Amino acid sequence: MMEPMETNENVELAYAKMVKRASYDFGLKRRSFMQFLGTGLLIAGAAPGLAQRSGKRGFGGSGARTIGARVHLGTDGSITVMVGKVEGGQGARAELTQAAAEELRVAADRIQLLMADTSLVPEDGITAGSGTSPRTVPSVRQGAAAARQLLIDFACKRWGVEASTCEVRDGKAIHGTTKRSVTYAEFAGDEEAVKGLQQGIPSDVTLTPVKEWKVLGTPVPRPNRRDIVTGAHKYPSDIARPGMLYGKVLRPPSYGAKLTSVDLSPAKAMKGVTAVRDEQFVGVAAPTLFLAEKALAVIAKTAQWDSSPQISSKDLFEHLKQHASVPANPFAGELPQAKHVLRQTYHVAYVQHAPLEPRAAVAEWNDGKLTVWTGTQNPFGCRSELARAFHLTDEKVRVVVPDFGAGFGGKHSGEAGVEAARLAQAASHPVCLRWTREEEFTWAYFRPAAVIEVEAGLNDKGELGSWHFININSGASAVETPYRVGKHHCLYVASSPPLRHGSYRALASTANTFARESAMDELAAAAAIDPLEFRLAHLDNDRLRAVLELATRKFKWKERAGKKTPNVGFGLACGTEKGSYVAACAEIEIDPAQNKIMVRHVCEAFECGAILNPDNLRKQVQGAIIMGLGPALREEMRFENGQMLNASFRKYQVPRFDDVPELDVHLLDRPDLPFAGAGETPIIAIAPAIGNAVFQATGTRLRSMPILLKS
Amino acid sequence: MEKTITFTVNGQPRTVTTDPERPLLDVLREDLQLTGAKYGCGEGQCRACTVLVGGKSVVSCMTPVADADNQTILTIEGLAKGDKLYPIQEAFLAEGAFQCGYCTPGMILGLAGLLNEQPRPTETELLSRMNKHLCRCCSYPKILAAIRRAVPQEKK
Repeated sequence: MMEPMETNENVELAYAKMVKRASYDFGLKRRSFMQFLGTGLLIAGAAPGLAQRSGKRGFGGSGARTIGARVHLGTDGSITVMVGKVEGGQGARAELTQAAAEELRVAADRIQLLMADTSLVPEDGITAGSGTSPRTVPSVRQGAAAARQLLIDFACKRWGVEASTCEVRDGKAIHGTTKRSVTYAEFAGDEEAVKGLQQGIPSDVTLTPVKEWKVLGTPVPRPNRRDIVTGAHKYPSDIARPGMLYGKVLRPPSYGAKLTSVDLSPAKAMKGVTAVRDEQFVGVAAPTLFLAEKALAVIAKTAQWDSSPQISSKDLFEHLKQHASVPANPFAGELPQAKHVLRQTYHVAYVQHAPLEPRAAVAEWNDGKLTVWTGTQNPFGCRSELARAFHLTDEKVRVVVPDFGAGFGGKHSGEAGVEAARLAQAASHPVCLRWTREEEFTWAYFRPAAVIEVEAGLNDKGELGSWHFININSGASAVETPYRVGKHHCLYVASSPPLRHGSYRALASTANTFARESAMDELAAAAAIDPLEFRLAHLDNDRLRAVLELATRKFKWKERAGKKTPNVGFGLACGTEKGSYVAACAEIEIDPAQNKIMVRHVCEAFECGAILNPDNLRKQVQGAIIMGLGPALREEMRFENGQMLNASFRKYQVPRFDDVPELDVHLLDRPDLPFAGAGETPIIAIAPAIGNAVFQATGTRLRSMPILLKS
Repeated sequence: MEKTITFTVNGQPRTVTTDPERPLLDVLREDLQLTGAKYGCGEGQCRACTVLVGGKSVVSCMTPVADADNQTILTIEGLAKGDKLYPIQEAFLAEGAFQCGYCTPGMILGLAGLLNEQPRPTETELLSRMNKHLCRCCSYPKILAAIRRAVPQEKK
C-alpha cells in the first residue's frame, strides 16, 4: 500500500506543530508567564494561538508577492535573489542560486543570494521537511523566469520585434537576426521598464525543461565556500555589535523544577554586570562571557527550587505505553489461521541533534525595534515568537539568519533569540547569548522516543494477510507500509512524553522504517526466504524496487549474503518518505571481546527524481548514512530524576572518522520525474540494515535503537 | 587579578590585559575579533576551537590565556597569505569538504598542526589525530579526500 499523498501544506503544518515553542511572555500580565524550560512540558495558554498563527503564515509561506520581491536587478549589473530559506549545511544556498541562474540565463556566480532576513526576503516557510527542493526551487524559478520575460518584453518593445525572435543568454536578451542585445543592467536603468517588477509572478510562466538545464543538474559548489575555509564567514555565534555584552541564562537543576527564590545582588555587585529576573527567567549580561559565567555562578548558588517527580529513561518505554490509547489489532481474529505470525515490539530511544553550533543569538534594540541574528530553521516563526514574547507587531521585529552550524530539524524554535532579547532589554546593550553544549543537550528538544507494536500474519500462499502497526509517541511519518498487504491498520498514537520533543531529520520515518524493515526480515526468516526475495515478492512500487535492486546488485547481495563467516553479517532495508526512495545494504562485524558492532561496508541507492546538484546530493546522502550510524549503534539520551546523565560529547558518542565504513552511494537520476528533497530519507534505511545484519551474524534479533549487543 | 598577556597572533604582536584564567578561545573571539575558532563543546571533545600555539594544535576552549603568554598563535584567519590559500585550505575547497562548515577551521588547523609535527604522517597517525575532530554533518568522506589531497602519501 502506498501512503496517501500529503499536500504540501499538510507536510509543512505537521512540522510547524511538532515543536513546543518557548512561550516566554515578557509583557505586562506577568501571571501568564510560563516556559517549558522549567517544566519540560507545559505551555502557556497563549501558545496555541501562536502555533496556529505562525503555522498559517510562517510554514505554508506566502512566497514572493511580486517579481521584484524575488529578484532585484541592479543598474550595475548585479542580480540579487531573495529567499526566506536558510543555509544550515544542507546546500540550499547553492541549489537556490542554481534555480535563479538557470531561469535568468546567467552563470551561477552572477547571483547574489540573500537568505532569511525577514525584513528583506519573501516568506518562503520553514526550512524543513525536505521542502526547499520541491517547493522553493520552483518558486524561485518562477520569479526568475518572470524577470527574464520582462527583459524579453523590454527588448522587443525597444526593437519593435516579436518575442519569438529573441532569446536570453549570458544575462542579455539577444535578437536572433540582428544580434542586437540588451542586458539586465540596461533594463534596470529604464524607469518605465522596472515598473514591471511590481507585478505578481504569473503562475503560467515558462520554466526551462530539464533536458535544457545548464546550471541546475550540475555540481555547483557552495557560493560562499571560500569564506568557510578562511574563517571569514560569520556564523550566528560570531556576530558582533558595537557595545555588545555576553549573556548567560539560569537553568533549572532538573526538568520540572520551579524557581522559588534567587538573590541577584552578588551578580549586580560585579563591575559591568547586569542581572535580571522576570518570573522564572533569570539571566545576566557582562562585557565578557567569562565574567557572565562567574556572575551566573554566584546567583545560581542562591537559587532555591521546587522540584517535582520526573520519569527516568529506564522507565521510559513502559511510561509511553501506559500513557497512550493503543488500539487493538482489528485483524487479531485472523492471525491464528496464518502460517507465520509476527507479534513484536520495537523501541527507539530519545536522541539529540547535537548540531556542532549550539543555539546562538545576538539581540539588539533600537527605538523599540528589535533585531535578532540567530541560527534557526524558521526565521518567520522566530519573528512571531519574539513579537509575542515582547508584545510587538511583526513589523517591529527583524530576524536575520546567517548561514549557521547545522540544524538537522533541531532548530525550528527561537528560544535563544528570545532570551538574548530579554537580556539586551535589561542591559540596554546588544547581547550575544550562546547556549553551551550541555544546555543544547538538556534544554533543546529531542527526537521523540518510540514504542512500536507490530502484528502481522503470513498465509500459506506467502501473502501478508494482515498488517497491524502502531507507533506510540514518535509520529506518523512512514507509518504505512510500502509492501502489498491484504488488510492494514497503521496508526500513530500520542503519549505523554517526559521530554520536550520535536522534529529531527526524517522525523518518525527512521523509527517506523526500523520497525517495519526489522519485522519484514523476521517474517522472511520465519518463512526461510532470502530477505531480498521476500521484499521483492511483496513490493509493487517501481521506484522502491529500483533502488532496492540497484543497491543489492552493487553490493553483490546474492553472492555475499549466502556466505557464513563467523561474526560477520549482511543486512538490507529499504523505504520511502517525502517522495524519495532509499535502499541500503550493510556488512557488519562483531567484536565479541568488546561486545561491539562494527559497520564495515554500506552500499546505499537513493532516488529523488531529477537531481538538482549531484555533488551536494552525494554529500547529503553520505552524511545522512554516517549520521544515522549514531542512533543506530550508540546514541541515546539517558536521564534520571529530571537530569540528563550524558549531556556531553564525552558521554554521548556521535559518529567520528573511525566510524566511517566503506561507503558506496549510488544516486539514481530520474530527469523524467519532479525533484523531491533529499536531506532526510537517506537516513532511514541504515539502522534496520544494521539490525538485520546483526541477526544474520548472530541469530539474535535486536529490536531496539540503539542496537546494543547484550553483555 | 588582571594580567597583561603579550603574544603574536597571525604575525601581529598583540597585548591584552585580562583575567588570566579566561579561555584563549574567548580572548581570540571577544577581544581580538578572531571568530574563526569556534565553540563546540567546551571540553576538548570536538576540536572546533583548534588553533596553533607555537605550531602545535591546541584546544583553545580549555587553554587559559595565561598559557599563551609570549607564544606565537596562528588562527584560521592567519593561514592564507593574502589571496593565496594555504594548501590544506585549497584541498578542502577543491573537495568541497564541508557542509555547514562550522568544524572546518578546526579541521584545517588540526591537520596543519599534525603536519608541523610530522610532515609525512602514516594513515594511522592521520586518522588517530583527525578522529579527535567532530563533524556533525558527517562530511567525513569528503574531509578524508581533502586530507589525502593535502598530505603527501609516502608511508602507508
